[in-house]
Amino acid sequence: MRLTGADIVVRTLIEQGCEVAFGYPGGQIINVYDSLYKYQDELRHVLTAHEQGAVHAADGYARASGRPGVVIATSGPGATNLVTGIATAFLDSVPMVAITGNVPNAQIGTDSFQEIDITGITLPITKHNYFVGAVEDLADTIREAFRLAVSGRPGPVLVDIPKDVQIAQCDYEPQPPVKPDEAFPAKDVRIQAAAECINAAHRPFIYFGGGLAASGAQEELLTLAEKIDAPIGCSLMGISAIPTDHPRFLGMQGMHGHYACSTAMHRSDCIIALGARFSDRVTGDRTRFARGAKIVHIDVDGSELSKNVAAAHGLRGDVKLTLGRLLELTAPAEHPEWMKTVEGFRGEEARCRDTRPGLTPRSALLALNRRLTPVTPVATDVGQHQMWAAQTLAFSRPRRFLSSGGLGTMGFGMGAAIGAQMATGEHAVLVTGDGSFGMNLNELATAVTYKVPLAILLLNNGVLGMVRQWQTLFFDRHYSNTILERKTDFVRLAEAFGAAGERVAALEELDAALGRAFQYQGPYLIDCTISEDEFVLPMLPPGGSMDDIIVKVGG
Amino acid sequence: MPRYTVAVLVRNQFGVLNRVTSMFRRRQFNIDNLTVSETESPDYSRITVQFAGERVTKQQLVDQLYKLPDVCSIRELDSENSVSCELLLIKLKNEPASRGDIMAAADAFEAKTIDYTRESIVFQVTAGSRRIDDFIDLMRDYEILEICRTGVVSLERGASTIRKVTNL
Repeated sequence: MRLTGADIVVRTLIEQGCEVAFGYPGGQIINVYDSLYKYQDELRHVLTAHEQGAVHAADGYARASGRPGVVIATSGPGATNLVTGIATAFLDSVPMVAITGNVPNAQIGTDSFQEIDITGITLPITKHNYFVGAVEDLADTIREAFRLAVSGRPGPVLVDIPKDVQIAQCDYEPQPPVKPDEAFPAKDVRIQAAAECINAAHRPFIYFGGGLAASGAQEELLTLAEKIDAPIGCSLMGISAIPTDHPRFLGMQGMHGHYACSTAMHRSDCIIALGARFSDRVTGDRTRFARGAKIVHIDVDGSELSKNVAAAHGLRGDVKLTLGRLLELTAPAEHPEWMKTVEGFRGEEARCRDTRPGLTPRSALLALNRRLTPVTPVATDVGQHQMWAAQTLAFSRPRRFLSSGGLGTMGFGMGAAIGAQMATGEHAVLVTGDGSFGMNLNELATAVTYKVPLAILLLNNGVLGMVRQWQTLFFDRHYSNTILERKTDFVRLAEAFGAAGERVAALEELDAALGRAFQYQGPYLIDCTISEDEFVLPMLPPGGSMDDIIVKVGG
Repeated sequence: MPRYTVAVLVRNQFGVLNRVTSMFRRRQFNIDNLTVSETESPDYSRITVQFAGERVTKQQLVDQLYKLPDVCSIRELDSENSVSCELLLIKLKNEPASRGDIMAAADAFEAKTIDYTRESIVFQVTAGSRRIDDFIDLMRDYEILEICRTGVVSLERGASTIRKVTNL
C-alpha cells in the first residue's frame, strides 16, 4: 500500500511492537504527529513537559520492560534536548529508538530555522544513527534501528528524518518484528581455560553488572555460585537482577558498595565477572584493585575485555549461553574457609551499620522498603539518596531498580519513573533528592495528566549532598555552591501541578505518609526532611582502593 | 612502541569515515596515518590505518572498530603477510650547487621527476613507508619547499582477501 513517510514511521513502530512512544511535537515532526493522531488507537503517545523527560521516560520504559523505549522529538532544540537522555541510555546499555524530525533535504546544511546536525551530535552516544534521505529507505531503516538497539549489547539508536521524507509517499508492506541478532557463546577453548582457572580457585567471587539481566542469565549464575561455592556481588547496574535476600548475595560493590561485598571481591583469588565493565566506581585505583585475583570476564561486548582491568580469561559471548557451557566444565567445590571469611566480613558490615533511632536516610528507606511489593519499580535520581537506596532497598525481581549508573544523570528519575510505571502497570516509586528533583520536576505535570500512580520520596537536606560530602572530606569544608538556600515549598509545588503531597519530619509521619502515597492514584510527593550532615558510607576516596575504605566519619 | 597496520572494510555509506575517525578521536587512539578508498565493489570502502601503540591498545582499537555497524571486516596486516606502499610528492628548491646531489639521491631511490622548473623540482616516490621516511630524511640536507604523502595502502599476499573474513 502507498503511504506517506510519516504514516510509514508510525506503522513501522506499531509493526515492531511499540505500544507507547514518549515525545514532544514541533514544526519538523508535525507530519509524524498527524499520523500519531490517525493511529492513536494502535500506538499511545505520551506528551511530556520537556524532551528530556520524554527520553528518560523511554529509558525507564526500556529498563523496566526489556523492550526498546521509543522517543520522538522535533528538529533543533527538540533533538538537542534528547542528548543527555540518549547518553544516559548509552552508558547503561539501554535499548532505545529515538526519532527526530529535521528540516527538508533541500535546506539541510544551510543553517535554516531549527536545523541541527543531530546525527553528528549523537555520533559518540548512540550505537548507530541514521539520516534518512529518501522515503524508500524509511521503513527498513527503522527496522534496522530496532534490531541494532536490542542486539548484542543493547543501546540507543537515532533515526533523523527530514520533513520532505515525512511528506513523500512510497509503498509500504508490514513486516514481522525484527529479531535480535543470534546470540552466541564464547569459544569453547576459552571457556575450557576459564573453567580450569575457576576450578583451581580457593576464593572465587562472582560479580555481575547490568549485562546479567540483559542476557537473562540469573539462573545460570545462581547455579554456578552453588556449584563452586562462591559469594556473589554486583555493580549498581546489577541491583535487582537477583533477589537481594539470596544467602550468597553480598550486595553492591564499589565506591559506596556494601563493605562485605567490596572486601570479598578485593580478597578474592578468582573474580568471575558477568556483563560488567569494571568502571572506575567499581575498581577505585585500578593498579591496586584485587591484586591477588585472576579475572574471568564474560561479556557480549568484546571491547570490554581487558579494557579497564586485565582479564586472565576474556570470554566474548552471550553471558547466558557462555555460563551454560562453563557450568558443564566447572567442578563442584567447597570453600568452607573462604565462606567463613566472607561471613566475617558480613559481621563487620553489620557492626558498622547505621542503627540510629529516628528519621535517618536509612530508616526512611527501610520504611519505604516495607511498602514495596515484588513488582514495584523504583527509580532514583543521582546523588546521596541514590546510593542510600542502592544500599538499603531489597528487590526480588529483575528490572525493578532503575538508576543512572554510567552517566550519573541528575534529573533522570522523574521521567524514568513515569516510563517504568507505564511499562509495568504497577504503582511506581521515585527516590530523589532536592537537588536532582529540581532538575526535571516539570514532569510532575506529565505524571498528573496521565494519572501515573507514583510515590515520590524526596530526601530533602537543602544541600547538594554528594558534592558537599566530598567538600567535607577532601576540600576543607569549603561548601562552594552546594548549599541551596532555596525557598521552594515542595508540597505546595506538587499541589500547584495538581499532584498531592505532604511534609514529614519524623519516622512515624513518614510511615503514615507512605501508606497514603501508595493509596493515591497519581503522583504523591513526600517531602522528607533529613540532616545535611548525613554521609554515604562506606566510601572509597576517589582514586583510592579498598585499603583506603572509609567506614566511619568523625566520632 | 610497535607499529600496526589494520585494514578495515566498511559499508560505503555517507559519513562512514567520520564514524571511524570520531571513534579514534574520542578514545584518543593516536593514528599515524589513514587512507580511505573505493574497492572492487561499490558497496564497500576500504580504510587502512597505521598507528603505534601497545598490543592491548591495538586490541582495543580493533574491538572498538568491530562495534561500528558499518564495519564489515578487519584484517591486521604486517610485513610478513602483506605488501604495502605509499606515495610521496616532494618539492625541493632547485639550486645549481645542490642539484647534482639531489638528482643522485633521487636516482638511488628510483624517484620520478614529475615537475622541473628553474626554481623547483618535484619528485614522486612510491615505496614502503620506511623507505619514504629515509628519502625525506636525506632531502632535509637541502631545502624542502613542500611535502605531501598519501599514507599507506596494504594488501595481503596470496589469494586471501579481506572480504573472506566475516564480521562476527
